[in-house]
Amino acid sequence: MSQIKALIVDDSSVMRKIVERSLRQAGLDLSPVMEAGNGAEALCILDTHPIDLILSDINMPVMDGLEFVRQLQTMDKLRDVPVVMITTEGSESNVVQALSLGAKGYIRKPFTPDQVKEHVLPVLGL
Amino acid sequence: MTMKPFAETSLPAAVFDRATWTPLLDLSAREVFDIMLGTRLQPFESSADESTALANDGEFTALVGLAGSLCGVLSIRCNNQAARIMASKMLGMPPEEVDNDSWDALGEIANMIAGNFKGKLSGVGNHCMLSVPTIIVGSDYETRSLAAANMIEAIFNFEQTPLWVTLELHE
Repeated sequence: MSQIKALIVDDSSVMRKIVERSLRQAGLDLSPVMEAGNGAEALCILDTHPIDLILSDINMPVMDGLEFVRQLQTMDKLRDVPVVMITTEGSESNVVQALSLGAKGYIRKPFTPDQVKEHVLPVLGL
Repeated sequence: MTMKPFAETSLPAAVFDRATWTPLLDLSAREVFDIMLGTRLQPFESSADESTALANDGEFTALVGLAGSLCGVLSIRCNNQAARIMASKMLGMPPEEVDNDSWDALGEIANMIAGNFKGKLSGVGNHCMLSVPTIIVGSDYETRSLAAANMIEAIFNFEQTPLWVTLELHE
């Protein structure tokens, strides 16, 4: 597989950096990672940049992760981009909702780099 | 659209249980620091130096609101240097290279502790929402959001300074 174009969506810049580091520790060959602070920003980026993988928080201002996934599913060219939710929400209902909306997996914070690897590689077919 | 009767749509309120919840809050904080910072938190032993440790180096407080079956505020409080070291450990960079990331890191830690805690309470996780974190810089403030609040608190030693983790809940 060529370099993976990843988009990390989280209102915390620290968390975005941690997720990127975890992806690299998982052995993924990443092109420069794109970042967004909420779902609306992410949609703007996706409008102009091809992306292979999205990791998204749920609890964000402006547009939360559930609405973001819901909107992705309405767009033909973005519907198949795999999304993995990364969230503090222990709520099973939120996780079930994210998966039913089209997310391919979820990781609960706090997480280890191994957990990121375990959940992300299968989504990419690796 | 069919409206459900109120009794079916209202959320079950969690019943405050200090004896059970205090160790769960303690465990929730330890897990977050262990997994995300690689730090094993210890209890803070000395009470005489607590206020001095904060006064000497500023103070940061991160607040996360809880709403639903659990209603209140979780806060963590520490001094400037401790917040900086937390960010440096999370990011894997030297403390002197950390700038405003220390605020962000403290907020994320509060968020994760709150999420971890509510996830440990059976039946609560699905009916309790978290707010995005709020950061307060300085110590000259009061919060008056909670009438008749129950409070549990854990005080840890983080890099030789006190770290307060407090949960205030509506009755």
